[in-house]
Amino acid sequence: MTTTFKQHLIDPEICIRCNTCESICPVQAITHESRNYVVDAAKCNFCMDCISPCPTGSIDNWRLMPQTQPYTLAEQFGWDDLPAEKTPEQLAAMGVAEGVTVTADDAAPQAQTDAAPDPTGQAPFNPSAYNATLPPWSAAHAYTNLYGPRAAEAFVTATVVGNVRVTEVGTEYDTHHLMLDFGAMPFPVLEGQSIGIIPPGADAQGRPHHPRQYSIASPRNGERPGYNNISLTIKRVLQDHQGNAVRGVASNYLCDLKVGDTVQVTGPFGTSFLMPNHPRSHIVMICTGTGSAPMRAMTEWRRRLRKSGKFEGGKLMLFFGARTKEELPYFGPLQSLPKDFIDINFAFSRTPDQPRKYVQDLLRERAADLAPLLQDGNTHTYVCGLKSMEEGVVLALRDVARGAALNWDEIGARLKREGRLHLETY
Amino acid sequence: MSTINYSDKIPNNVNLSEDRTLQRALEQWQPNYLNWWQDMGPEGSVDYDVYLRTAISVDPQGWAQFGHVKMPDYRWGIFLNPAEAERKIHFGDHLGEAAWQDVPGEHRANLRRIIVTQGDTEPASVEQQRHLGLTCPSQYDLRNLFQVNVEEGRHLWAMVYLLHKYFGRDGREEGEALLERRSGNQDNPRILQAFNEKTPDWLSFFMFTYFTDRDGKFQLCALAESSFDPLARTTKFMLTEEAHHMFVGESGVGRVIQRTVDMMNQLKTDDPAKLRAAGVIDLPTIQRYLNFHFSVTIDLFGADESSNAATFYSTGLKGRFEEGKRQDDHRLKGQTYQVLNVVDGKLVEKEVPMLNALNEVLRDDYIKDSVGGVERWNRIIDKAGIPVKLKVPHKAFHRSIGSLAGAKISPDGQVVSQAEWDAKAKEWLPTPEDRAYVASLMGRVVEPGKFAGWIAPPVMGINRQPVDFEYVRFN
Ligand SMILES: Cc1cc2nc3c(=O)[nH]c(=O)nc-3n(C[C@H](O)[C@H](O)[C@H](O)COP(=O)(O)OP(=O)(O)OC[C@H]3O[C@@H](n4cnc5c(N)ncnc54)[C@H](O)[C@@H]3O)c2cc1C
Ligand code: SF4
Ligand code: SF4
Repeated sequence: MTTTFKQHLIDPEICIRCNTCESICPVQAITHESRNYVVDAAKCNFCMDCISPCPTGSIDNWRLMPQTQPYTLAEQFGWDDLPAEKTPEQLAAMGVAEGVTVTADDAAPQAQTDAAPDPTGQAPFNPSAYNATLPPWSAAHAYTNLYGPRAAEAFVTATVVGNVRVTEVGTEYDTHHLMLDFGAMPFPVLEGQSIGIIPPGADAQGRPHHPRQYSIASPRNGERPGYNNISLTIKRVLQDHQGNAVRGVASNYLCDLKVGDTVQVTGPFGTSFLMPNHPRSHIVMICTGTGSAPMRAMTEWRRRLRKSGKFEGGKLMLFFGARTKEELPYFGPLQSLPKDFIDINFAFSRTPDQPRKYVQDLLRERAADLAPLLQDGNTHTYVCGLKSMEEGVVLALRDVARGAALNWDEIGARLKREGRLHLETY
Repeated sequence: MSTINYSDKIPNNVNLSEDRTLQRALEQWQPNYLNWWQDMGPEGSVDYDVYLRTAISVDPQGWAQFGHVKMPDYRWGIFLNPAEAERKIHFGDHLGEAAWQDVPGEHRANLRRIIVTQGDTEPASVEQQRHLGLTCPSQYDLRNLFQVNVEEGRHLWAMVYLLHKYFGRDGREEGEALLERRSGNQDNPRILQAFNEKTPDWLSFFMFTYFTDRDGKFQLCALAESSFDPLARTTKFMLTEEAHHMFVGESGVGRVIQRTVDMMNQLKTDDPAKLRAAGVIDLPTIQRYLNFHFSVTIDLFGADESSNAATFYSTGLKGRFEEGKRQDDHRLKGQTYQVLNVVDGKLVEKEVPMLNALNEVLRDDYIKDSVGGVERWNRIIDKAGIPVKLKVPHKAFHRSIGSLAGAKISPDGQVVSQAEWDAKAKEWLPTPEDRAYVASLMGRVVEPGKFAGWIAPPVMGINRQPVDFEYVRFN
């Protein structure tokens, strides 16, 4: 069955062709002809770097499309205005089951497009509109782009010092916990940031591979405290989003690395998906699959602080989804964290003889505890995992707010403004 | 010992705190700059909190921070695009050599001249726009005007930084002089003529930001290719901000047109007199303003044949628009380009060496870009079902630089006699009556969400704020 995604498009009626977006896009997803500026669906990774610098807002347009049939560049070059959102019937005619966004990875929640609200009366629900671009007020200062095409050094070389599988052997998807050491090279990081890995070799056109991004899974003082190392959580990609067999370039390269191998790293990246540092801050973490990496980093940093007696309070709440418990990275270690330290909620969508459960179901179940947190200025919420979870999760948060007779539009806007809701999906 | 925190006072990404000489020079310049802003910056705005976009760093998250700021407290600063490791010169005689991190002695005078000329346009437009705040058509537009002004101010900073850092005492003197010249002043005018013209009303302002700030885009693009790396990096970053200025112009004129065609349909008339009576600007007047601003602006590119342009290119000081994307040899020796001339009462094309025609090449690139936006204005008219099209005049129309200076050419490119010119000029260029009518519309509207009667509200607010957002707080 065909899956859908939100295609990133530019409104040619409002765009003034100023070139800002093209010059800012880190992956060259934006190009132009004499007529229009357009986004290449095959390249855009939804990093949102282009959104706020665009002087017109024309860059911030999204259309639900079948993953296999996005609007092509040629189509977009010919537009005078944006096409209307496809109706469920049109999508069905293109092979999408009516009204439903089916995700490739069933571990991810199913977003019901027919449940999408319509804040303006016309536009589809746009969860990224609530995504904060500023960090929490008490976040530490992040370094970014120390290595990369626009920095003094194109990359830094790191050495693999550990590579272990963190999901059970024998399940379909293996996920690896990879440790990298930077030796004497500076690579300061914070929980929530990500790095780029440049896979060796070249793509089909003979160009060097573009770097792939991975969230850092270790806390700021190292996977091993006091050492210049970090860890990553890598899922081996063996199928594309449509379920066709492919061998993901970077993920397979990384999962197969041996201790002692070296890798080329760019980054660090990320200045807003950062944890609060004030002692009474609460953290709500919502993730699927490898979206757990930044959550592990934050949890571990809090655990270390608590152990050293430097932390006063603040709740941690984790909502974690996977197909089965065997596919859930870090399942074992998570189980052994004290209950008074972290409130853990698992959602499994493929446990035999049990109803499918997704993270947004869990959010609704725990509404009574989440509603007061949503109103508390000390609460910071993080969402990370597959792109397709984003809409469902933000809608669930909205339902939690509405269920408690709160005005979601106000709360959502405040969360964004105060750097308290962060979405990172891929 | 000084206790000033330079990254607060002069936000920068050029390690200012480690360069004592530069610090001292800029510290001396800064109070004069602030005095200039007090005297010549937007009139009456000192206490306003304005919803501004401020750059606090050059990465995507940092350079577009929105919030209410008092304009004198704006973070005027020095931001350069990050350096590209081992950048190479990619055109001219030095092609393939390492880009210069310092000014080569033999190019010092030319580089200084280029930087001073660019720098001079920045305060000039602030001066030209000084009184516009008093007649703004809405709070939204007032905010846009101020945004344009603070960025021009910051671009001046950027050029002064280069002068101070790389040109020693000469540079400091040039820096001072930038604050002493005044737009339109008889004794000490701005360097380029278009920057001594008045910007008397908001239609002129929108035309100026559409056409003349777009000249800025093309000049900055050409400088962003420069072999002198600090200049390339500064102008690259300035370009990201320049976009907003063109947006103000393009959407501004578009909204004027929108309001006019709405009224045309409402009153079912295209009679300028009736439309003026209804308080909107008729399309023929808009066309005349367009003709004026377009022709004045294309003069800014300079003479169509210029040995300076050839030198700037060959020596690697200034490239072409999108030099890096072009597929030729990037040296251009032995190639030719067509420029226009009037011979025996006819416009004819003449082949000249490409290097000498680089001003014309840039002008033609500019014209292509300008035409695109005019076509988008036409779509507004078209959508309203009105069979009129605005047109960019012929490039030989109303020119006063180069071989076309003084030639009498109609907007559609026919050579005409002096008598015919005199008879028709009032159909082609804004008349004193046009200007007086437009001036009569200029009142001050500052209630949030309210707009003057001659302009439509924008489709979208700034930074996705609602249109009736409080963009300016008057204290
Ligand atoms: C900010 C950010 C953080 C990220 N953090 C992590 C992380 O912590 N751990 C992690 O494993 N990944 C993470 N990713 C995803 C990662 O960057 C790569 O996209 C992923 O590893 C696939 O790369 P690849 O080279 O193996 O596949 P490619 O060779 O790039 O792609 C092969 C095919 O698989 C599809 N595909 C890509 N990713 C997936 C997927 N996840 N599921 C199904 N199909 C896919 C592609 O569309 C393509 O058709 C992150 C991405 C971003 C933007
Ligand atoms: S969202 Fe990011 S990747 Fe996509 S077009 Fe914008 S800048 Fe490029
Ligand atoms: S930044 Fe916005 S206005 Fe400029 S070209 Fe891109 S989409 Fe168009």
